[in-house]
Amino acid sequence: SCSVEDVLAKAERDEAEKLKGITVSKELDLEFDPGNLLAFDKNRIDTREFKDSKREDFLRSLARDNTQLLINEIWKLPTERVEEVIVAKLPDPTTLLPREKPAPKPKPPTKWEQFAKLKGIQKKKKTNLVWDEVHKEWKRRWGYKRAKDDTKEWLIEVPVNADPNEDQFAKRNKAKKERVARNEYNRLKNIARAQKIKVPGMGLAPTPQQSKAELAQAVNIAKISTASVGKFQDNLPKEKTPKNTGKKRKFQPLIGDFSSEKQKQLDLLKVMDSKKPRLDITKAVNKQMREEDMESRKKNKKDFGKKGQRGKMSGKGRKPQMKQGKR
Amino acid sequence: MRPLTDEETKTMFEKLSKYIGENIKLLIDRPDGTYCFRLHNDRVYYMSEKILKLATNISRDKLVSVGTCFGKFTKTQKFRLHITALDFLAPYAKFKVWVKPGSEQSFLYGNHVMKSGLGRITENTAQYQGVVVYSMADVPLGFGVAAKTTQECRKVDPMSIVVFHQADIGEYIRSEDTLT
Repeated sequence: SCSVEDVLAKAERDEAEKLKGITVSKELDLEFDPGNLLAFDKNRIDTREFKDSKREDFLRSLARDNTQLLINEIWKLPTERVEEVIVAKLPDPTTLLPREKPAPKPKPPTKWEQFAKLKGIQKKKKTNLVWDEVHKEWKRRWGYKRAKDDTKEWLIEVPVNADPNEDQFAKRNKAKKERVARNEYNRLKNIARAQKIKVPGMGLAPTPQQSKAELAQAVNIAKISTASVGKFQDNLPKEKTPKNTGKKRKFQPLIGDFSSEKQKQLDLLKVMDSKKPRLDITKAVNKQMREEDMESRKKNKKDFGKKGQRGKMSGKGRKPQMKQGKR
Repeated sequence: MRPLTDEETKTMFEKLSKYIGENIKLLIDRPDGTYCFRLHNDRVYYMSEKILKLATNISRDKLVSVGTCFGKFTKTQKFRLHITALDFLAPYAKFKVWVKPGSEQSFLYGNHVMKSGLGRITENTAQYQGVVVYSMADVPLGFGVAAKTTQECRKVDPMSIVVFHQADIGEYIRSEDTLT
């Protein structure tokens, strides 16, 4: 027979049953960090419960109780619906977790930072936007669509001393590319210096194992890397100065333009002719000789009777290629 | 094989002009074809372009000689004229020396020409002028350098040297191996 009392009593028993399920009595309350879904149980553990047979059961019941308390705690949080699922909004975690990775080491200062420190240059805070008078609007100080971008000029005046055929626009673009490349190069150098990565110098292979030729090249490059380009660097005891360290010569092609070759040679001859002094020396010598001959002839005329004129003839007024008289 | 550089051309022309003066033009600018100078193994060769084009088909190490060898460049880049250039020097020579039949032999053996062997000499020869040596029959025998001017030649004693020997056609037999 179902009487009202029975039903009420049954309901009460069911309630108690349920409550027993979700109520957990603990000596000390747990500390909760719902942000991390963390429950911290500081209750003492009875060592008697830890005996071999009862251990598993004890641990299971302990875990069940603490999880129940944690979930009770979660139910207290504000909820929202996300895609037909009731979700609790976790607050920010309160426990400080230790670092996963070690703290970063301070980076060594870059070349600029060193220089700025040396000179005492302070960093000046600048605004990001600058007023561009021409366009009458605020533009970035640097970056995309910045205020003063000289590569974006539509009109460039050619300076007075510049070559008229030079492309000024291309010149500015090229200069910008070079600046960008240099900046990147310096940035990488700073990184290499900071991480103490060995960077090989100009013209050397970045390989750990170098061949004999590469090492020799490295030695030569190091030798000429002084202010006097290696002029005053002494050799090691058995070191020899390398002799073929010049640029390889370039020659004209074997069968080039014959007419141009001919023309060049003729021009060379013309230059050589113009540089040659005219026959002053021979003329002077011959003149002197003639004078001497005249004098000797006069002398002979005086001693006419003695031995007669010898076969000394002057060259002037005579036919060329005359035979020499016998003495 | 390669064309001569500007410095090498200059050195060579200076040497040639000592013997043939401004007639070098006639060697460069020929009416009967384009002739050129090329360098191979430090020797200068003079050849027509036809021969040059054929010579390009021969590998460098196998090529011994092309056209006529004019001379060679020494290690210190000085130009030495060889007897093989005589055929081109003789017709254009500016200053000539004729040698008497008696001392022809002596010259062809490599001796200098003495006053006693001197037959004729062009007028106005300067001292140390490059000269081409002929026999009395107008056969080119070689070339050399005048030791004395024409005027002086008349005055000196018969045993003094008037022409220094530089090259003679006897070399074709004496130094067969070294000529290319």
